Amino acid sequence: MDLNIYDFYNKMEQDKIMLSFKGNVTSELLTSVLQIMESKMEKLNEPNRIKKKVYNILVEALQNLYHHLDKQPDSVPQGHNTVIFMIGKKEEDYTIFTGNYITNDNAVKLKTRLEKINSLDPDELKAYYKEVLNNGMMSDKGGGGLGMIDIARKSGKKLDFDFHKVDDEYSFYSLNINIPQ
Amino acid sequence: MENLVIEGSPKTPTIKFNPEEGKLLIQGRSIPENSIDFYKPLVDILEEYAGNVKPATRVDIVLEYFNTSSSKCILDVFKKLEKINEAGGGVAINWHYEEDDEDMLEAGEDYQAIINIPFKMVEIEEE
Repeated sequence: MDLNIYDFYNKMEQDKIMLSFKGNVTSELLTSVLQIMESKMEKLNEPNRIKKKVYNILVEALQNLYHHLDKQPDSVPQGHNTVIFMIGKKEEDYTIFTGNYITNDNAVKLKTRLEKINSLDPDELKAYYKEVLNNGMMSDKGGGGLGMIDIARKSGKKLDFDFHKVDDEYSFYSLNINIPQ
Repeated sequence: MENLVIEGSPKTPTIKFNPEEGKLLIQGRSIPENSIDFYKPLVDILEEYAGNVKPATRVDIVLEYFNTSSSKCILDVFKKLEKINEAGGGVAINWHYEEDDEDMLEAGEDYQAIINIPFKMVEIEEE
């Protein structure tokens, strides 16, 4: 047998994964995942401040995946339109992991944006948020590039990302968002 | 002008606008994937109200969560309110936030810095 589910289980247990998903993201799925995470954090008696922060960041991270899939061309290869995400809590910190395929062209653009966000200190990040909010063009989905700035601001951490080149056309983009207590 | 009432859902807030009394309430969660369609009726009725304002307009924003997709729409709402204020609508904005929710307070301050209307930050005490 190639796949040992017990190994998977142990690995996820070690990393204190609370929830994981691989597949296609729909609006209904996001609603369910958010409800599950909300009740899990309720049961853990998390302080209101942490619950709200994790929930807010999770909304942005998952909606990024949702909008990303929305933008995919029809020619996207089989399997490249699925995503993965996991939410874990190790010691006191929450971590949200997301992964999705992205074209190499878009990877270059995204990397530039993420590096710009990471180069800013908290005050500069606040100013940049207001600038994009006030002057940035709104996409037809209403996002307009604020999501990653918001994640960086609310988590108070640098964005931890990676682009793994898969072939001449695609890369796999992964993002780990650490949310300290 | 007629009242606008939109009931809340798990991803969208309750919206109540009464043009006769000059009162607007936005309350709950605003985390829809696509927020432009959701906010359009409010933006439209505020545009209409800007041409027929009451001398005082009270606005209460009582949001628990909002996503970045909503944040631009909320700015559009505030820009309409700015226009109403300039037209003599005497707009006062109350931005409510839970006492330990620094992110929501900061979000209110971000809007305050952009919008030329007096904001009042109102702390909601925990039950």
